[in-house]
Amino acid sequence: MYLLCTVGSVYIKSKEAPAKDILKDLVEMCRGIQHPLRGLFLRSYLSQVSRDKLPDLGSEYEGDAETVSDAVEFVLQNFTEMNKLWVRMQHQGPAREKEKREKERSELRDLVGKNLHVLSQIEGVDLDMYRETVLTRVLEQVVNCKDEIAQCYLMDCIIQVFPDEYHLQTLETLLGAFPQLQPSVDIKTVLSRLMDRLSNYAASSAEVLPEFFQVEAFAKLSNAIGKVIEAQDDMPVIGVVTLYSSLLTFTLQVHPDRLDFVDQILGACVTKLSGKGKLEDSKSRKQVVALLSAPLQKYNDIDIALKLSNYPHVMEYLDNGTKKEMASVIIQSIMKNKTLISNSEKVEALFELIKGLIKDLEGNLQSELDEEDFHEEQNSVARLIQMLHNDDPEEMLKIICTVKKHILAGGPKRLPFTVPPLIFNALKLIRRLQNRDENVAEEDTAATPKKIFQILNQIIEALSSVPVPEVAMRLYLQCAEAADDSDLEPVAYEFFTQAYLLYEEEISDSKAQVTAIHLIIGTLQRMHVFGVENRDTLTHKATGYSAKLLKKPDQCRAVYACSHLFWVDDQDSIKDGERVLLCLKRALRIANAAQQMANATRGSGGSVALFIEILNKYLYFFEKGVTQITVASVQSLIELITNEMQGENATPDPTADAFFASTLRFIQFQKDKGGAVGEKYEAIKV
Amino acid sequence: MVLVLALGDLHIPHRAPDLPAKFKSMLVPGKIQHIICTGNLCIKEVHDYLKTICPDLHITRGEYDEETRYPETKTLTIGQFKLGICHGHQVIPWGDLDSLAMLQRQLDVDILVTGHTHQFTAYKHEAGVVINPGSATGAYSSITYDVNPSFVLMDIDGLRVVVYVYELIDGEVKVDKIDFKKTTASANSAH
Repeated sequence: MYLLCTVGSVYIKSKEAPAKDILKDLVEMCRGIQHPLRGLFLRSYLSQVSRDKLPDLGSEYEGDAETVSDAVEFVLQNFTEMNKLWVRMQHQGPAREKEKREKERSELRDLVGKNLHVLSQIEGVDLDMYRETVLTRVLEQVVNCKDEIAQCYLMDCIIQVFPDEYHLQTLETLLGAFPQLQPSVDIKTVLSRLMDRLSNYAASSAEVLPEFFQVEAFAKLSNAIGKVIEAQDDMPVIGVVTLYSSLLTFTLQVHPDRLDFVDQILGACVTKLSGKGKLEDSKSRKQVVALLSAPLQKYNDIDIALKLSNYPHVMEYLDNGTKKEMASVIIQSIMKNKTLISNSEKVEALFELIKGLIKDLEGNLQSELDEEDFHEEQNSVARLIQMLHNDDPEEMLKIICTVKKHILAGGPKRLPFTVPPLIFNALKLIRRLQNRDENVAEEDTAATPKKIFQILNQIIEALSSVPVPEVAMRLYLQCAEAADDSDLEPVAYEFFTQAYLLYEEEISDSKAQVTAIHLIIGTLQRMHVFGVENRDTLTHKATGYSAKLLKKPDQCRAVYACSHLFWVDDQDSIKDGERVLLCLKRALRIANAAQQMANATRGSGGSVALFIEILNKYLYFFEKGVTQITVASVQSLIELITNEMQGENATPDPTADAFFASTLRFIQFQKDKGGAVGEKYEAIKV
Repeated sequence: MVLVLALGDLHIPHRAPDLPAKFKSMLVPGKIQHIICTGNLCIKEVHDYLKTICPDLHITRGEYDEETRYPETKTLTIGQFKLGICHGHQVIPWGDLDSLAMLQRQLDVDILVTGHTHQFTAYKHEAGVVINPGSATGAYSSITYDVNPSFVLMDIDGLRVVVYVYELIDGEVKVDKIDFKKTTASANSAH
């Protein structure tokens, strides 16, 4: 038979008889070999040898009577017969050797597929011929052979081998074949591949897109998938998700403006997933994450994802760990695109989506999350809070309240990360309110500084459950300053009270106390809203705290810092020279005590640095014109220091030396300035 | 020519999500020899990011910094100049030049870099120069209204330092520069 084929091909070449007749004969004659394996190889040879002799368009074998249809007919017949032989192999031999047979078959599949390849190569096969003849016949064979292996391979082959334009135009026919296939065929993979090909086709150029609309590709694919899933009731979840994933990619590529399509897909996914409980295996989860990430990547705008009503429903099916993963993906997308989220509904929807990060979800046992990872996670939420903004104060306040509601449910571990950014976002709002027109009536708006301060108070109070007194104290002081700017004396006083209480009751670490005291003094020094009584109370307390710090040098420094509480340049009512001097003298006494202690415990004088610092403060107030700071007092301090440094017990201290030297240089420099300043300093002898 | 980047008060993530993109694209690794940071980063991620720009990183502690072990003050010598760093919340009144001058005398440095007020300033007085690089992210400050993101780049060359300040105003980066010369005699006039 091989010989016959060879002879036949030569005969065709000689053109002594029409190609079509010879080909017809050959293909018929091969029927004589019914043994599957031999038949397959024979026909394969026939195909090979006849390939270049087909009466194709423009080929030398074309004639009036011989056309492309004949070529096509030949190949189709060969294909049909080969497939029959191939399928027959499945049923030959004992049942126990089935696996071996299937393996053999799979090795031979290319032989059958080759025919389709040849068909695709025939120039004369245009869309119409494909649609009318080729596809119909091929599909007929595929469906009728009722063989799982053949169907799966051949469907895939069709998709790979023929051009995408053809697939688009014959979509209905092609898709119509799927439900007719054997139930065990892995339709989802084939369908997915088809959709991926079409997606790539759509991506290749914008000009092809109208074609898609014209053939209503989306509707057809969507229906087909629906039918397949319905037919295969026990399809595993990952199958369903993969199918919808491919459809989604396709949709995002072809119909990016049709959010309703996207939502439809997600909805179908939800329907199919319902009743299955949360996804167990990691592959499914990964696929769902990919499914949900696709719209984020495509649109680069979280607003769009928030509009998809089924988006959160899909997320419900993820286990807690994956929910958090997805939440991180969402936040990263927002941060990357720097999108601001501008109203409270969107914020609400967003925080629902990322709730895995915001609070402990039910069933979440002690999270084994690494501490560093947890910090990173919470810091990303903190950054997210900075991205919530609306110029309209009313709306902004709504946003703040929405966030407050969510983060207060977060538990003590999360609050230290989420509260500060919310507070500062709110303080920014308050400042905006201060800047705007004073004439806005306060009664009918919800967004007034006073009301916002009340909310802030509640939020900071929540920190006491953690507890993080140092952070809370800083936030109270920030709010106090903001209240000062808004001229709300009672509010400011209340915040100071809270800060002081925290200092007294909760902050016991020495180093923390030193910093805290400086923050208190620094803030208080800037306040202008307090009346005399309130200010006195707060100042008195502050100086008290200062004197009670543990280490003497710290005490000294805090006390002389307090001197500034009694002299504020831009507030004439706060210029109390007497109290300034008292503070400085107190600081001196403490410095002395520190010296003596050092002498007693270490046998040598402690650093004179404190004295030099105090001297500098004297000079500060001297220059400001505080009358109680006399030339004499400055002079005696200078002498004291000089003596100390030259004394027998003195320990060499280059830092102090340099400090003193530069201070004296400063005095000299002021003298050299001349004028009023020069006169002042004239009396000081260095 | 030695380039020293001075910045601080980023307050990430409490008050700002990130450095402005325009600044980030300017801060390319390998071009800067030293970084001076006044503090209030506030988290480790920012520290790591700064390290990638230049490994020679000097930071002092701000009151919101997560890392509590940064020093309160730091001094270093670059070329002919002695520099001092301090966040500034420790110096009361906040932002007061005379009090900062006292710190400068105490640390005995030519250039004092402090922050806390989020307001860029560069003062010259008889003891030297006091520079505040402002807030690199334009973070909210109770002390300064309308903060624009800013940072400082110092070009130290022999006895001269040129201070370039980069400010992000309405989306555009504006640059200004100030010259300082170190002399042993009386001071030059400030810009």
